Amino acid sequence: MAYQKETPQTAPGTIPAEEPHAGKGAGPLRVLRRNIMLAICLVSLAPLILINGILIYYYHVAYSEKVTAHLEELVIRQKQAIDEFLDKSVQVIGFIAEATPLDQLADDHSLSDILHKTQKSFANFIVDIGVIDQDGLQIAYAGPFHLLKAEYASAAWFKAARERQTYVSDVFSGIRGIPHFIVTALRKDKEQTRIVRATVDFALFNQLVSRLRVGRTGMAFIVNRQGELQTDRTVDSEIVTSVLNSIRTAKFDGQDHMDFEAPDPDGREFLYLAATLKNGDWILVFRQAKSDAFEHLYNARRLAVTILILGGLGIVTTGFLVTRRMVARVNLAEKDQEIMEKQIVESGKLAAIGELAAGIAHEINNPVAIMMEEAGWVEDLLHEKELDPVKDAPVVEDIRKALKGIAIQGRRCKEITQKLLSFARRTDSRVKKVQLNELIEEVTSLAIQKAQYANISIRLDLDQDLPEVCVSPTEMQQVMLNIINNAIDAKSKNEGIIVVTTHRDDQFVVIDVSDNGQGIPPANLERIFEPFYTTKPVGKGTGLGLSICYGLVKKMGGDITVESEVGVGTTFHVSVPLEIPCEDGPGNISRPRQ
Amino acid sequence: MHIAKVLLVDDEAAFLDVMNRRLEMRELSVRTALSGQECLKALKEDPAIDVVILDVKMPGMDGIETLREVKKEFPLVEVVMLTGHATVETAIEGMKYGAFDYLMKPCNIEQLIEKVAEAKAKKAKHEEKITEAQLKEIMGRMA
Repeated sequence: MAYQKETPQTAPGTIPAEEPHAGKGAGPLRVLRRNIMLAICLVSLAPLILINGILIYYYHVAYSEKVTAHLEELVIRQKQAIDEFLDKSVQVIGFIAEATPLDQLADDHSLSDILHKTQKSFANFIVDIGVIDQDGLQIAYAGPFHLLKAEYASAAWFKAARERQTYVSDVFSGIRGIPHFIVTALRKDKEQTRIVRATVDFALFNQLVSRLRVGRTGMAFIVNRQGELQTDRTVDSEIVTSVLNSIRTAKFDGQDHMDFEAPDPDGREFLYLAATLKNGDWILVFRQAKSDAFEHLYNARRLAVTILILGGLGIVTTGFLVTRRMVARVNLAEKDQEIMEKQIVESGKLAAIGELAAGIAHEINNPVAIMMEEAGWVEDLLHEKELDPVKDAPVVEDIRKALKGIAIQGRRCKEITQKLLSFARRTDSRVKKVQLNELIEEVTSLAIQKAQYANISIRLDLDQDLPEVCVSPTEMQQVMLNIINNAIDAKSKNEGIIVVTTHRDDQFVVIDVSDNGQGIPPANLERIFEPFYTTKPVGKGTGLGLSICYGLVKKMGGDITVESEVGVGTTFHVSVPLEIPCEDGPGNISRPRQ
Repeated sequence: MHIAKVLLVDDEAAFLDVMNRRLEMRELSVRTALSGQECLKALKEDPAIDVVILDVKMPGMDGIETLREVKKEFPLVEVVMLTGHATVETAIEGMKYGAFDYLMKPCNIEQLIEKVAEAKAKKAKHEEKITEAQLKEIMGRMA
């Protein structure tokens, strides 16, 4: 009920009553919240994710291609360099084998001379030169190792070298126990065959390969078709075996290079580029960790994903907050509406009760009038008849008493009906400028006598700067008299005191009437403004006083609330708005407010 | 000798009945009517009626309407209105139309007698003046 809400004491009592309703309302609200949330997230996140995904994908493709192409070019260039190097070695040895007279080839000194000349002039990568006869015996040698008379008949390279004009061997340790590879050239004469063998500077050759370094992990090595490492053991052989199969079985599809990806035993993804060397005998392999090769790409991707996640979180959080605020506002609006509806229902109820009351009062008024007249008639008759004072006196006395009783009760009925009627109709609602302080002084002077009988004193604590308000003075008097009378009726155990204060509160003039009477229990407090609600004994009150006051004050645009504590006292707050203008039109007696 | 001859108009027969008894006991000559129409008819029939006691709230022709008709057709007849609380405004309106006074229902019988007596006195005085004027006129003609 509207006025219950306005009484602070009863507010806690009314809240539980609302909760089941709020619970019912939470269902649609939860759906609303979910829908708004979903809509916000979908509309903002979907494009974000889509754009991010598309950009990342295309960037990835383009960047990978670019990186791979770049590395390919490097590898091919290196492959050409290595091939050139090998070609050059072969040419040099071939030339030596062809151009040197046989006797010189068998002579250590001349061979040493040739070696020096060759090293000095153009082929410093030749470490030593040896000449081997057709049976595999080294007949001449020039170089840092003492390999004269070395027996190569059983060496694999010897067999291969004997078959070909020129030959480049795989890397092997050989007699000297150091990994190296050799280049051979055949010199055939009528009766004898000689093989010129040169060792290539392995360190120099390695440099050629290891020069190819990119980033932190990009490096190259050479394997033969058997998967044996042909360069320095800077690469873990395990890795080599792991990629060996891919490399060995790799079909170059007629091209001299290809690329593929493979994981390391420890799970790291590597990018491999392979190019054939030495007419396909060897393969130059370049490997680089993908995380290294595509570092920039991965960084960019990580950044994009981070931004996406942060942005997503931001959107979700914002969505959540906005939704929550929106739903809260909707909730609030609904609650307000609920309250308003309740107030409308309440005021409608009051009006209906008022009309009903007026109707009843009217209908009852006539029979009561007749009853009273009938009683009067009986009285008249008693007057008229000459009665025997001795015989009839007691009976007549009883009848008189009964008639008096009827008259008193009739007057009570009249009072009730009149109050009922004034509940529905106002007597004089002409609005005037009123100084409420003066009005209160007047009213209290009327009430003071009754108060004195009840041993109650009235104290006024009025704000001297109180602005005037526009109200109907009669109505205001009625309200004040009613409240003060109630305060007087609220008997106190001790000496009673009623304090009336006035003050201005923003746009309202507020009158507080407090007593130190017995107080009103919360259950009664809720109903205090309901018509016909009274706690006074039968015949003492109609239960209309405060409901009339409520109606009057509400009509003024003001408000009336009550606070009470049992055993401590009760305070009524009446607030009257300041902004209502005075209509100085011709005074009109009030009309039924319909 | 009666104080006055009154016409009681009310839609409640019981009310008329008891008031009739009480007023007659107080030396008033009483006639009753249950509606506005009956009231006008009674006035036509009985020119001796001095005062009409008229209930404001009646079904059909209500108090004010009846009052206006009465005042139109019988301007000398005085009217005292009886009203419930809710119709005080109507009673005041009635007084503007020429009713003598109003009383609240249920009313004190003594007050009612008093008001009737005053109304009768007013009417008597008025009639006296009229007679005087007529006399004057006749005298004037003779002169």
